[in-house]
Amino acid sequence: MFVEALLTGITLGGMYALVAMGLTLQYGVARIMNLSYGEILVAASFSVFWLFTAAGLSPLLGLLVIVPAAMVVSWLIYRILLVPLVRRAKTRDALEVDSILATFGLLFVVQGVMLVIFGGAYYSYSYLAVPVNVFGVTIAANRLLALAFAAVIGIALYWGLTRTRAGTALRAVAVDPVSAQLVAIDVRMAAAIAFALGGGLVAAGGVLVSMFLTFNANIGVVFTMKALIVVIMGGVGNLMGALVAGLILGLTETFVATWIDPGLTLAATYAIFLIILLVRPQGLFGRSNR
Amino acid sequence: MTIGKTRLLAATMAMGLMAAVAMPAVAQDKIKIGWAISKTGPNAGGANITQIPNYQLWIKEVNDKGGLLIGGKRVPVEAIEYDDRSNSEEAVRAVERLITQDKVDLLLPPWGTGLNLAVGPVFNKYGYPQLTFSAVTDQAPALAKRWPNSFWFLGTSQQYIDALVDLLTKQQKAGKINGNVAMISVADGFGIDLSKAAREGFGKAGFKLVMDKSYPVGTQDMSPLVSEAQRSGADTFVAFSYPPDTVAITDQAKVATYAPKVMFTGVGTGFPLFPQRFGANAEGIMTLGGWDPKNAGTAEYRKKHVAMHNRDPDYWGSQLGYVSLQMLEQAVERVGKIDRAAIIKELQTGTFDTVLGKFKLVDNMPPKGTYSYIGQWQNGFFTGVAPEGPNTAPMVMPKAPWK
Repeated sequence: MFVEALLTGITLGGMYALVAMGLTLQYGVARIMNLSYGEILVAASFSVFWLFTAAGLSPLLGLLVIVPAAMVVSWLIYRILLVPLVRRAKTRDALEVDSILATFGLLFVVQGVMLVIFGGAYYSYSYLAVPVNVFGVTIAANRLLALAFAAVIGIALYWGLTRTRAGTALRAVAVDPVSAQLVAIDVRMAAAIAFALGGGLVAAGGVLVSMFLTFNANIGVVFTMKALIVVIMGGVGNLMGALVAGLILGLTETFVATWIDPGLTLAATYAIFLIILLVRPQGLFGRSNR
Repeated sequence: MTIGKTRLLAATMAMGLMAAVAMPAVAQDKIKIGWAISKTGPNAGGANITQIPNYQLWIKEVNDKGGLLIGGKRVPVEAIEYDDRSNSEEAVRAVERLITQDKVDLLLPPWGTGLNLAVGPVFNKYGYPQLTFSAVTDQAPALAKRWPNSFWFLGTSQQYIDALVDLLTKQQKAGKINGNVAMISVADGFGIDLSKAAREGFGKAGFKLVMDKSYPVGTQDMSPLVSEAQRSGADTFVAFSYPPDTVAITDQAKVATYAPKVMFTGVGTGFPLFPQRFGANAEGIMTLGGWDPKNAGTAEYRKKHVAMHNRDPDYWGSQLGYVSLQMLEQAVERVGKIDRAAIIKELQTGTFDTVLGKFKLVDNMPPKGTYSYIGQWQNGFFTGVAPEGPNTAPMVMPKAPWK
């Protein structure tokens, strides 16, 4: 029973991490607090639903279409909608406030478009909902896949950000955009890349969770909230932090549901969130100089 | 008057989403019918399946005929729709606006128990008939007395639980299932009401609840709950769940090859989504509602609904909603003018010709036997199985193994 709870918790946590990774890039590097994040995730779910049911394209192949498309769209959103805010903002805090307002508007636009196309009804499809036996525990293949993607993306991007030149440039922008300019980093370009990468990640998350979650045009805010908790818990802009925080949340929820009471999962989530905020306000992996 | 910026924005957006276009009208040559409904927010999923398609279908049918027949003359119907954003204050405001500013002749109800209770006093204050078909509450009989203008087509949680317990008691007496029940419920209106009634109902009938757990709305992983139910050894598994959970529970049960002899899941089991998603695996799964496969009116209603919306209605409230609209139409035409008190009186006492045959309300609710309370997927059709009567089929036992 312990192994079962452990594995279930890890898969759930992997999903949370997956959903949060894009936001940590967008918020941590591009300094855009993207409130339309969940809507873009759901838009990716709808796209893959449409590709799967209308064109018969498997969701995994759909990733190859949707992730690049989401990156292009995010890039455009950044260049057209957000660059004027970046130019205008005197400080990073001002940019955060402005971006919250702008993406709050974007939330309604994306949601409205989805409502017009798909209506408000629930959507769901079945893909890879087959049992896989891991250490004697039965887990759905699609959930395992989401966990694997979260781990691979998280570790690969973490490696890319810490071990490559381009990654180091991105991190430099996250730490200090003004000084980054002094060492010939194109800050605006780096921020746009981070925002587009984040857009691609959120689309990957949307595609993967649509395999096992039922969604409709109004459900985006649920993901934004969860992602926000994971990002803040893990440390803003830190992918490893998102992975670890996601796993902590997933394990907590599953352990509480298994041994205490399923009704207390939300309370446990927020209790852990609160404790971490009290003990480490900068997040598990965040730097304290922020 | 001044309109706040946000309100203006919301109104503009609602207008953009509106299927019906509101146009200035001279009072006598049009009948205005208005409703506030959840086009956005958490209620939109339900409202978009059970309610909005029915409103659109009915308005179109009435206008295709040339309108409502009033005083020997067909008067076209104009629809005014507002988005209540799944918010009860917004719903109350929108309904008041419909009455006082748009001066609608008739109102259609919002979606869900909570919002219908919230707007009840407004409907009552202005004397508009309120024909609810997405609200289940044990207060329904009391409310019908307090607000004689309100009609409760889905009845009380008690009636569903009684029907379910009767059904299971028979199976247990025949030795087909053990006396243990595993129950889970969502910690929200529907789950709380139904699980409370079920706790009493099962207890009285001598069943033992070996598992009785509730979970928060929006829970994204059902495996701990399904595993616990599987370990409990109960032959009967009951979940009072919301649509996303219903799908997740069924999915998880299939993955874990948990096949209780009786499997009952909550809202969403009767949505067209369910058989699409689970195909033959839906067979034997039960929930609230259910249709009579032999009823020609039902078949005709389904055909019309599919023709207009390209999908089936929901198998619980949808058809009753259409019945309520047919009754409203006939009541208005019998009265022959927009005299709301007379229309309410006619709805209370008259007998109407509907897709469910001759329909007459007793104490503002459809009496037992007029439609099924519990249904089961049988050969790809969500068939009514309780309460037993000429319009229900026998329950199939046990639930088929997962494929």
